[in-house]
Amino acid sequence: MIQVNDLHKSFGENKILKGVTTSFEKGKTNLIIGQSGSGKTVFLKCLLGLFEPETGYICYDDRTYSSLSADEKRDLRQEMGMVFQGSALFDSMTVEGNVMFPLEMFTKQSKSEMQDRVNTVLKRVNLDNAHEKYPAEISGGMQKRVAIARAIVMNPKYLFCDEPNSGLDPKTAILIDNLIQEITEEYDITTVINTHDMNSVMEIGQKILFLKNGHKEWEGTNKEIFKTDNEAVTDFVYSSELFKKVRQMYIEERN
Amino acid sequence: MNYLASIGSYFIMIREVFKKPTKWRIMKPLILKEIDELIFGSLGIIIFISFFIGGVVSIQTALNITNPLIPRNLIGFATRQSVILEFAPTFTSIIMAGKVGSYITSSIGTMRVTEQIDALEVMGVNSLNYLVFPKIIALLFYPFAIAIAMNVGIFGGWVAGVFGGFSTSADFVEGLQLDFIAYHVTYSFIKSILFALIIATIPSYHGYYMKGGALEVGKASTTSFVWTSVAIIITNYILTQLLLG
Repeated sequence: MIQVNDLHKSFGENKILKGVTTSFEKGKTNLIIGQSGSGKTVFLKCLLGLFEPETGYICYDDRTYSSLSADEKRDLRQEMGMVFQGSALFDSMTVEGNVMFPLEMFTKQSKSEMQDRVNTVLKRVNLDNAHEKYPAEISGGMQKRVAIARAIVMNPKYLFCDEPNSGLDPKTAILIDNLIQEITEEYDITTVINTHDMNSVMEIGQKILFLKNGHKEWEGTNKEIFKTDNEAVTDFVYSSELFKKVRQMYIEERN
Repeated sequence: MNYLASIGSYFIMIREVFKKPTKWRIMKPLILKEIDELIFGSLGIIIFISFFIGGVVSIQTALNITNPLIPRNLIGFATRQSVILEFAPTFTSIIMAGKVGSYITSSIGTMRVTEQIDALEVMGVNSLNYLVFPKIIALLFYPFAIAIAMNVGIFGGWVAGVFGGFSTSADFVEGLQLDFIAYHVTYSFIKSILFALIIATIPSYHGYYMKGGALEVGKASTTSFVWTSVAIIITNYILTQLLLG
């Protein structure tokens, strides 16, 4: 579980996060949504420890990040997995090399043990036959799956995803969403996903945090988002005609 | 003030490079790869440039000897001194700042743009150690490349001098051996080690701390070439004053 309390972050005069308080539960897919410039990426980077907040604190299962020593912070980071928006795979390594990298870096496992683990996670993300390929030789969806495999290879406690299905076709996007949700439940991970994708919100949003201008505007589940009367949320989520109709149907059905 | 801040963050970066080292079994292949790319991959251009620079020095010296009282062995002497003291270490380093420096800036800069450096940091890897340390170690082999440049440069001078009809081979070789001071070679190697550190670290700094997209990677490469060249020239002046002055 991750608890965030009164988080503030600025860049010069520009205040990005203005006191965000929330919590992300274990074994659930927690989504952060909001318009561009609402502070989602900065918030996610604070959670990852890439940005230090000015005030407020973040607790990872009762460990307050700001009070940890440098070594403890590095150890904590090894409990985190991250799927970047552009996958951030290492160009110079094969798919197998990318997934094996954290194991080589942080474990004392033998080559065969590492190979077994890599095979297991690549199989888990349905990438059995791409071991020797380079990132440039595989599709965007496959790159995302490699990134997920790399993120989970160390059995992380926390999984962070920055727009994991951006740039993917709708079908592949749903596959990636479902894969993340399955892995979250299977490995009992605290997963936090930064997304713009409304399909993701509806499909896997077990908890949704809506940020607006650096504030927490609303939080709830994908069921509750249908019912909310919060104007900022409805403007954002139901900005397309399709979603407006879906909501209308839901309300009519409920009445 | 910006320049001072950049110089400060450059030295902080160098300190970070040596913190929390990466495992040897990962670092070893990285170092070998960098030696191959940065040193062996540059030998072709180093040999090409050195040969012709040596030749040009030889020809220009010969053409400037108009007084018949000046011995012809001066051509070999001047070629040796010019190549060993300046052309091999300094001129080659400026070329390397363009070739190797641009490669380092663009490769690290691209990793920054595509969030690969963030990925390393999130994993808990000291990305500066992982990316910059192998380049520093690889470029410690740079004096070997400079030694090749010296030999090829002198050979180029001999070819141009002898086959151009400016000097006999005997005169040229006599000039090469005239008043030879071994310390000049040492001075040249000391310079080349420092230039190697500059070539490894300044382009790394520009790549690592760049912001923006693909266009900025190009700009960072250009900026890194300019600053690497400036640093080489200033260091050359200071070292010459300290070691030969």
